[in-house]
Amino acid sequence: MAEIIGYGVHVPHYRIKVEEIARVWSESAEGIKKGLNIREKSVPSHDEDAATIAVEAARRAVRHSGIDPKEIGAIYVGSESHPYAVKPTATIVSQAISAGHKLTAADLEFACKAGTAGMQMLMGMADSKMIKYGMTIGSDTSQGRPGDALEYTASAGGAAFIIGNDRKESIATILDTVSFTSDTPDFWRREGADFPSHGGRFTGEPAYFRHVISATKMLFEKTGLAPKDFKYAVFHQPNGKFPLVAAKQLGLSDEQMRDGLLTPIIGNTYSGASLLGLAAVLDKAVPGDKILVTSFGSGAGSDSFAIEATDGIEAKRARSDKVLDIVDNGKIYIDYAMYLKNRKGIRK
Amino acid sequence: MERSSASMWRKLNSRYNLVGTECENCKTLYFPSRIVCKNCGRQTKMRDKTFKGTGEVYSFTKIHVPAEAFREDAPYTVAVIRLDEGPMVEGHIVESDKEVKIGTKVRQVFRKMLVEEEEGLIHYHFKFEPA
Ligand SMILES: [Zn+2]
Repeated sequence: MAEIIGYGVHVPHYRIKVEEIARVWSESAEGIKKGLNIREKSVPSHDEDAATIAVEAARRAVRHSGIDPKEIGAIYVGSESHPYAVKPTATIVSQAISAGHKLTAADLEFACKAGTAGMQMLMGMADSKMIKYGMTIGSDTSQGRPGDALEYTASAGGAAFIIGNDRKESIATILDTVSFTSDTPDFWRREGADFPSHGGRFTGEPAYFRHVISATKMLFEKTGLAPKDFKYAVFHQPNGKFPLVAAKQLGLSDEQMRDGLLTPIIGNTYSGASLLGLAAVLDKAVPGDKILVTSFGSGAGSDSFAIEATDGIEAKRARSDKVLDIVDNGKIYIDYAMYLKNRKGIRK
Repeated sequence: MERSSASMWRKLNSRYNLVGTECENCKTLYFPSRIVCKNCGRQTKMRDKTFKGTGEVYSFTKIHVPAEAFREDAPYTVAVIRLDEGPMVEGHIVESDKEVKIGTKVRQVFRKMLVEEEEGLIHYHFKFEPA
């Protein structure tokens, strides 16, 4: 079986509130907060990008796992905001965590779900003993076009997971995974374009809901598990509302969704979103708790996982930096002008 | 900061991580790395030493009129950090809207230091944030 050996996350310190963005565009903050279930979002500093966020998350994951980074045999970084078009983010991560050179690495892109695609690749490699450990990271500094609805949610953050095959080192076992993929033009960005384009309302029913619900139902069928068997459920969270609507349709309660839903306080971290939610849930899970995770990437596809916390989760807990501490500590609120400056929307 | 690929590549280890040296003979720690120990001369027995990346502000200054390469960063704070293991290291303090003082505890973070013009390299480097 593929085992989760450790994890770590990173969320930038800067925050902008919905009220501040709504003020600039003369929109109703209350309407947006209610409609999208979001209060504020993280904003990267001018010197942060998907690579620096990936490195911070990766370093925390190595600390939490307790492994020697030189034993990592594969690193995959999923992002739709890789700093280079050609020059893998994964190579920067490998150097920054001192993983040595005996490893394979690649950058992945599948909108918001490349990090979970990396997890599936590592499951196969760890299960087959091709590697001892592998690291998958979802990391993004996503941007919404000024004035677009996405501007309220597109944020920055990332999470790193170390996958292995030794039950003795495990904090959680990945019991099974399935995926649902289709050619759906809901959201895209052409090479060289600064901002993504999207199909407006088309991003809902035929895209997010169809894929998340189909993949999750397939997982229920394949594993024989039912919604009530899961203590926690985490879905991709482009806003704070979609995952709760999908959960309801699948027979999952708000209670099961609560601890893994971070978008209301940090925004949509794209490739980081479902993995950050999983990390937040693992911060609280006790041995035997089952966790459902379903990611979503536009274009479109969903990866669904059944995960069970093992006895080892308690022993490593003291070494982990908790997701909510990282989110809460050192927050700095900025106004729209500082937000633009950090995002290079205005320059000297 | 020099901009050639080769010199950037040679120094990655001491830019991404605080990798210095330790003289095994007298246990003196160095950052940046030294080949010859100040105490031991020919008896020097150097090995790489990775520092934990925690320390405190020994001295600092806020830069308002930066070098051209850091134009977009200003104002920013540069500090001399005394690492917990002893050596002093100069580094940028991130998110300079957070005030630091002499004695402020800091920890190492990983950030962009310099971004060359449109088609050039991105240089990553350790910086520090209040712990
Ligand atoms: Zn010496």
